Amino acid sequence: MIVHLITSFIASAAFGILFNAPKKSLLKCGFVGMAGWFVYIFLVNKEFDAVVASLVAAFVIAVISQIFARMYKTPIIIFSVAGIIPLVPGGLAYDAMRHFVVNDYNVAIQLAAKAFMISGAIAVGLVISEVLYQLLMKIKFKQKKKANEVN
Amino acid sequence: MENRFPQTHEVIELCLLAGKIMLQCGAETYRVEDTMTRIAASFGLPQSHSYVTPTGIIFSIDGTEPAKFIRISERTTDLYKVTLVNGVSRKLSSGEMTSEQALNRLKEIQDANFTFPIYQQIIAASIASGCFLMMFLGQWSDFIPAVIAGGLGFVCFVFIHQILKVRFFSEFVSSLVIGLIAFLFVKMGVGTQLDKIIIGSVMPLVPGLLITNAVRDLMAGHLVSGLSKGADAFLTACAIGTGIAVVVAFY
Repeated sequence: MIVHLITSFIASAAFGILFNAPKKSLLKCGFVGMAGWFVYIFLVNKEFDAVVASLVAAFVIAVISQIFARMYKTPIIIFSVAGIIPLVPGGLAYDAMRHFVVNDYNVAIQLAAKAFMISGAIAVGLVISEVLYQLLMKIKFKQKKKANEVN
Repeated sequence: MENRFPQTHEVIELCLLAGKIMLQCGAETYRVEDTMTRIAASFGLPQSHSYVTPTGIIFSIDGTEPAKFIRISERTTDLYKVTLVNGVSRKLSSGEMTSEQALNRLKEIQDANFTFPIYQQIIAASIASGCFLMMFLGQWSDFIPAVIAGGLGFVCFVFIHQILKVRFFSEFVSSLVIGLIAFLFVKMGVGTQLDKIIIGSVMPLVPGLLITNAVRDLMAGHLVSGLSKGADAFLTACAIGTGIAVVVAFY
């Protein structure tokens, strides 16, 4: 588990460098990636499906990124992208390709569909967090308005 | 007050430049549209319309001004520039910057090169490859082969991308190189699991940003951008897959 935490931290921060994220945010990128991967591995070890695990992990990543983006006044994409990279089903896509090459189309299509489902789940996780955030903002805005009216 | 409300065509120029930089640096479609609308609104032009696709921006402001169009041909990922442009738009909205300052600043941002030095990127890519190997439950004995394969693959990618402007070709060649190196390591007995080494080393090339952005754009209703980004991601993934497949087929 500790190996996972350390490697995911380093990998996400390294991706921050490849995507040219601001130098100050590299450590935070690493943290976001570590948190997301921790959730993912935890759920997978508890024998949840990879799709569900990706969904929850992407949601956690998006929430943390949202908080960081608020705190440091930077676009959310910096944190979320670096965090999501480990979740991208590269291994599955590779397996699918491998089976395509040896004419094993049945397995290949299954794997490709799975990879597609996982990328969909990641996106849904991101969107859910955004929806929640907007709801929160709306509620806050209404409360402020009410408070102003009372005053 | 004259400073506060510049000519409309200046505002359009400002918006388009901001949008162009953001789109070229890999920002999401909705963020580009949002930023351009905000900048226009900060100059007292609340009615602006933008249509952003990965290959071009159309922007118009109500009234007699004609709509303007910008073609985007080269796209990279440079999140630092996105942050900077975002900062400029924030300052414009809060009134800390005039339009002239903003335009100059944006031109500076456009011409500047903030990327990390190439050797640092290569080191980052190699270390990331090794780390991904461990995250995908590889063995420590395969760590060094993955680092070398990932590093050389990335070198290949950067180098070919600079000399040849053929799209998807650099991905193909570099994944071929990764596959060959991983295969050699396994043949020599240095590495054990060919699959894991290849998956780990290929990760720096995988279009993760594109895939997620594509699905997000689709869900946000930007159908054209979503589909074209998806096609881009799919072709990149296919290029990588083909390169690996060549090696696997002979294996």
